[in-house]
Amino acid sequence: MSTLEIRNLQVSVNTDAGAVDILKGVDLTINSGETHAIMGPNGSGKSTLAYSIAGHPKYTIVGGTVTLDGADVLEMTVDERAKAGLFLAMQYPVEVPGVSVSNFLRTAATALRGEAPKLRTWVAEVKDAMEALNMDPAFATRNVNEGFSGGEKKRHEIMQLELLRPKIAILDETDSGLDVDALRIVSEGVNRAKENNNLGVLLITHYTRILKYIKPDFVHVFANGHIVEEGGPDLADKLEANGYADYVTK
Amino acid sequence: MSVLTTNYLTPTGREEAWRFTPLKRLRGLHDGTAVIGDRHSLISQGQLPAGVSFSRETLAPLASSDDIIIERIRGAVSDVAHLSIASNTEVHEPIFLGRGVGAIDSAEFSRVRISLGSHAVATVVIENTGDTVLAEDLEISLAPGASLKFITLQEFDSASVYTARHHAVVDKDATFKSITVTVGGDVVRILPTVEFIAPGGSVELLGVYFATTGQFFEHRMHVDHAVPNAKSRVNFKGALAGRDAHTVWIGDVLIRAVAEGTDTYELNRNLLLSDGARADSVPNLEIETGEIVGAGHASTTGRFDDEQLFYLMSRGITLENARRLVVRGFFNEIVNEIAVESIQERLMNRIDAELERAGA
Ligand SMILES: Nc1ncnc2c1ncn2[C@@H]1O[C@H](COP(=O)(O)OP(=O)(O)O)[C@@H](O)[C@H]1O
Ligand SMILES: [Mg+2]
Repeated sequence: MSTLEIRNLQVSVNTDAGAVDILKGVDLTINSGETHAIMGPNGSGKSTLAYSIAGHPKYTIVGGTVTLDGADVLEMTVDERAKAGLFLAMQYPVEVPGVSVSNFLRTAATALRGEAPKLRTWVAEVKDAMEALNMDPAFATRNVNEGFSGGEKKRHEIMQLELLRPKIAILDETDSGLDVDALRIVSEGVNRAKENNNLGVLLITHYTRILKYIKPDFVHVFANGHIVEEGGPDLADKLEANGYADYVTK
Repeated sequence: MSVLTTNYLTPTGREEAWRFTPLKRLRGLHDGTAVIGDRHSLISQGQLPAGVSFSRETLAPLASSDDIIIERIRGAVSDVAHLSIASNTEVHEPIFLGRGVGAIDSAEFSRVRISLGSHAVATVVIENTGDTVLAEDLEISLAPGASLKFITLQEFDSASVYTARHHAVVDKDATFKSITVTVGGDVVRILPTVEFIAPGGSVELLGVYFATTGQFFEHRMHVDHAVPNAKSRVNFKGALAGRDAHTVWIGDVLIRAVAEGTDTYELNRNLLLSDGARADSVPNLEIETGEIVGAGHASTTGRFDDEQLFYLMSRGITLENARRLVVRGFFNEIVNEIAVESIQERLMNRIDAELERAGA
C-alpha cells in the first residue's frame, strides 16, 4: 500500500520572459489501487502538475510538498523518483535518436530492478507486453519514439508502465490522438497494471471517453492551476454535458 | 632518408587550408624541421586472401596535391606500401592493416596505395595506433565497377600527431564508402578527398570523432564532381568534451560545369558536451551547373537535449547512464555502418570511456 500526497503545491515555469506561476496550490492524495481522474481545459496546468511530480527541470517548485509514503519526492532526482515507484506516461513522449526500444527498456528495467533482468525471461516478458498491446515485434529494434505515430507513442508508454511496474502512475492525456481501437487496447493495458500491481493512477484527460474504459474512483476538475471541484464518477458525466465553461469563468 | 631542402612553402596559418590547425603542435611535419626516420610502420595483419597482395613498390603519385605536407612526403619517399586487390576478386572478410611498433625518436613520412581492379570488392580496415608522429599520403584507386569499404581508426596514443590525405580516385560505376573514426591523438588532421574520373561513381564519406581536453581533430573533405552523373554523400558526427577540445570539419564539394546529373548531400553534426570546447563546421558547396539531381548541406552544433535526458531519467536511468545512452545513440547511425562487430563494440566502449574521462 503506497500513498502519493500532494499538499498546497505551487509551481512556476521558467520562460524566456521569466518565471510564470502556473500551479496555485494543488492538494491531492492518491493511494494504491485508486484511480483519480483530473479533468480540465487546455492550459489549466495539468501537464505542469504531472511534470512537477516527475521532476522536469523546466519547472520550479515555489511552495508545498509532495511525498510518497512519507518520503520527500521534491528532494529526489528524476531517476530517484522513478526508483521510488513513480511513473509518468507523457503527453508528448520524447524521441531519442539512435537508442533502440529494446536497449532503452532493458536499461530502464535494470535501473529500476537493481539488476539486469535475466535475458531469456526478459525477452519473453517484452514479447508478451508488446503482444498484449498489439505492437509489431519489429518495434523493439526501432529508435525510441523516432518516427512513431501518435498511437504508437502512447502504446510504448503503456508498455513501459506494464514492464516497469511502478506504484503510482501519472498518465498525461494518454488518450489524446488515439482512435477507438487503440484507446481500448491502451486502456486494457492500464487496467492490467492496476490489477497486477495494485497500481494507483492519476489519469489526466481532457475528454471523458477514456473513463468508459478506465473507471475512476474520484474525479477532480482542474482549472486555472488548481482543483476547483471534486466528486465521484458522476462528476465526469456532468462535465460531459456542460463542458468546462462554468469553471473557466470562476 | 632526410627531408630534401627544396623550396617548399611553409604554411603560416594564414592560408585558408591551415587557418584552424595549431601548426606549433605539428612537431615540424609542416616546416621541414621534423627528423624523419627510415621507417615503414604500416603492416598487414594476418593472412591475405587470394587475389590480394601487400608489398613495397616504387610508384608515382596517382593524383596531384596542393597540400604542403603531402608535397614534402612525395619529395622524400618513393617507396609505397601497396595493397592491391585483383580484378574481379571479391573479398568477404575485412582486410586489416595496422601499425607496427616503431622508433619513437623520429617522425615518419608514409606513402600508401590501395588499388582495386575492375569489379573487385573489399573492405579494408586500417588501425592507426601507437605513439607516433606520422604524415601520410594515402591514395586509393578504384577501377571501373570496383567497390571498396574503407575504414580508418585513429586510435593513437595521446601525444601522437597524424596528418594525412586519404585520396580516392573513382572510375566508372565504382563505389567508395569510407568511415573515418578519430578518437585518439594530440593533433589529427585528415583530408578525405575524392575525385571522380568517369561517370556513374558513388561515394559515401562517413566519419565520427570524439575530442576531449586539449585534443585537436580536423577533417577536411574535398569532393570533386568533375564528371557527370556521380553521387556523393558526406556525413560526419562529432562530440567534444573538456577544455580546449577543438574539432574542425570542412566540407568542400565542387560541382563543375560538366558534372550534370550530380547528386550530393553533406552533413556535419556536433555535440558539445561541456563548456570550453569548440567545434568549427564549414560546409562549402560550389555549383557551376544547374543541371543536377540535388545538392545540399547541413551543419548543426548542439548540446545535450534536456528533454531526452529527462525522458530517460524518468524511467529510473541515472544522469550518467542517460548521457551515455544519448551519446551512443548519436554516434550509432555511423558506427553501425562499420558492420564489424568487434570494432563497433571497441569504439562504443572507447566513447563511454572518453565521456567518463571528460567528466561530461
Ligand atoms: N515552457 C513554457 N513556457 C511558457 N508557458 C508555459 C510553458 N509550459 C507551460 N506553460 C503555460 O502554463 C500553462 C499550463 O500549461 P500545461 O500545464 O501544459 O496545461 P495543460 O496540460 O492543462 O494543457 C499554460 O498557460 C501554458 O501556456
Ligand atoms: Mg497537457
